Amino acid sequence: MLHLILFSVFGLVCVGGAVNLLLQRHPINSALSLVVVMGALAVEFLLLGAEFVAAIQVIVYAGAVMVLFVFVIMLLNAGEEERTSGSRVAWLLGIPAVLAGMVIVCWALLARSNAGVAAIGALPGHPADIAQLLFHQFLLPFEVTSVLVLIAIMGAVVLAARPESVERTKREG
Amino acid sequence: MNITTFIIVSVIKTALVLFVLLTAVAYTVWLERKVVGHMQNRWGPTRVGPFGLLQPAADGIKFLFKEDLTPPHVYKPLYIAAPMLAVIFAVTSIAVIPFGNWFSVGNFRTPFQITDVNIGLLVVLGITSLGVYGVALSGWSSNSKYSLLGGLRASAQMVSYEIALGLSLVGVLILAGTFSLRGIVEAQAGHFWGFIPNWFIFRGGQFVAFFIYLTAAYAETNRIPFDLPEAETELVAGYHTEYSAMKFAMFFMAEYANMITVACLASLLFLGGWSGPLFGPSWLQQLLPLLWFFLRVFGFLFVYIWVRGTLPRFRYDQLMAFGWKFLLPLAIANLVVTALVVVLKP
Repeated sequence: MLHLILFSVFGLVCVGGAVNLLLQRHPINSALSLVVVMGALAVEFLLLGAEFVAAIQVIVYAGAVMVLFVFVIMLLNAGEEERTSGSRVAWLLGIPAVLAGMVIVCWALLARSNAGVAAIGALPGHPADIAQLLFHQFLLPFEVTSVLVLIAIMGAVVLAARPESVERTKREG
Repeated sequence: MNITTFIIVSVIKTALVLFVLLTAVAYTVWLERKVVGHMQNRWGPTRVGPFGLLQPAADGIKFLFKEDLTPPHVYKPLYIAAPMLAVIFAVTSIAVIPFGNWFSVGNFRTPFQITDVNIGLLVVLGITSLGVYGVALSGWSSNSKYSLLGGLRASAQMVSYEIALGLSLVGVLILAGTFSLRGIVEAQAGHFWGFIPNWFIFRGGQFVAFFIYLTAAYAETNRIPFDLPEAETELVAGYHTEYSAMKFAMFFMAEYANMITVACLASLLFLGGWSGPLFGPSWLQQLLPLLWFFLRVFGFLFVYIWVRGTLPRFRYDQLMAFGWKFLLPLAIANLVVTALVVVLKP
């Protein structure tokens, strides 16, 4: 019972943070709302018994990725956004499309009788279980993902390096 | 244990630990002023109470009654929230730190720890990784160039050194085989070769990991020689330039609470936690581990202050190069070697 109450409360916090992210006009407030969403998601994982995933969610997303977001916003000194009423097409097509998407997701989850319910502790929570999954069952996808990340880093370096600094590095060896 | 006793015991333990932590924070400040004073051939605080022992209380009262200035150009919601965030994240991680063995009176038994979770180490790392928000947001919301530079430096530095810090602990985790801080301490029980304690600092080349952890932790807590976020010679006071009175004191408290967490973690992970000789009646045997743990933490805090009194500050590019080009490769090498040793050992 307590679990259910906590789960609902943090679910609401999560949705509230996401809505607030869209409504805030200042980028830094939006970024902090996203941190709240990440934190609430971590609590939801914790309540489902996936402690390791919850901890990683906080360390990686809230503690590293979002810090870099905030860092970039601080560095660019981004000001307040102007609020526009949006195009008419967005109003006419966007809201029905979002509703339709939600209906489809809910239907897909509820259509299978046992897919809509996740018991507490049903997710693989113990680090050893996750290690088994990552390093045995999904070893190839795991390693391929690491190569993908490496390529992304190299791409970022190539894009970010200005020509003159590359020239200088070449000259100085 | 039923739910009512559980809640009562938890509240009492939390209040007690919080009280001890905040007192320790106040007296670490006193210790630092005293020790640095003697290192620089001065006396440090002497006027308030014997040996200046009441100085922290006087400082606390002063901070509470000072005028709380809010500069007109700040972004108010975050300016007010930032010091609170800093102090909340600094204090929360103490919840999973064990201080000693079990405490038992009659049938009642509880560990010297607020709560023992099986991912204790990850909880501490997660909460400390959130601590950067307090510093970064205070720097940004103050709307002043010194604060902004301090905040930027702090977030870049803390994100960089967090990687080396996390990797340095993986070796210990491989040897211990658990994330639970209590489990890690229990894995260090006993001796090898008859007399050397089974601490992780002596085993499987973890001395290197200990060095990396301590260095990265100094950077994480923004202490000398890594105190560039508040480098007073160039940035006035860095990220807390625009803060005064209790809000400034909150940053101060957060820094010292973080130091204490680092000292606790270093003792638990590398120096065998609360292990030590036990003797005397049973009540003494229950309390002695607390003393051994306290002595280790005190030792680490003293080293912190000693380093502060000794080393000059890094230049910013040296700081980044040291973190990324030296500490990180060293941590990865340590991890690979430890993994090989564990796998190849019969």
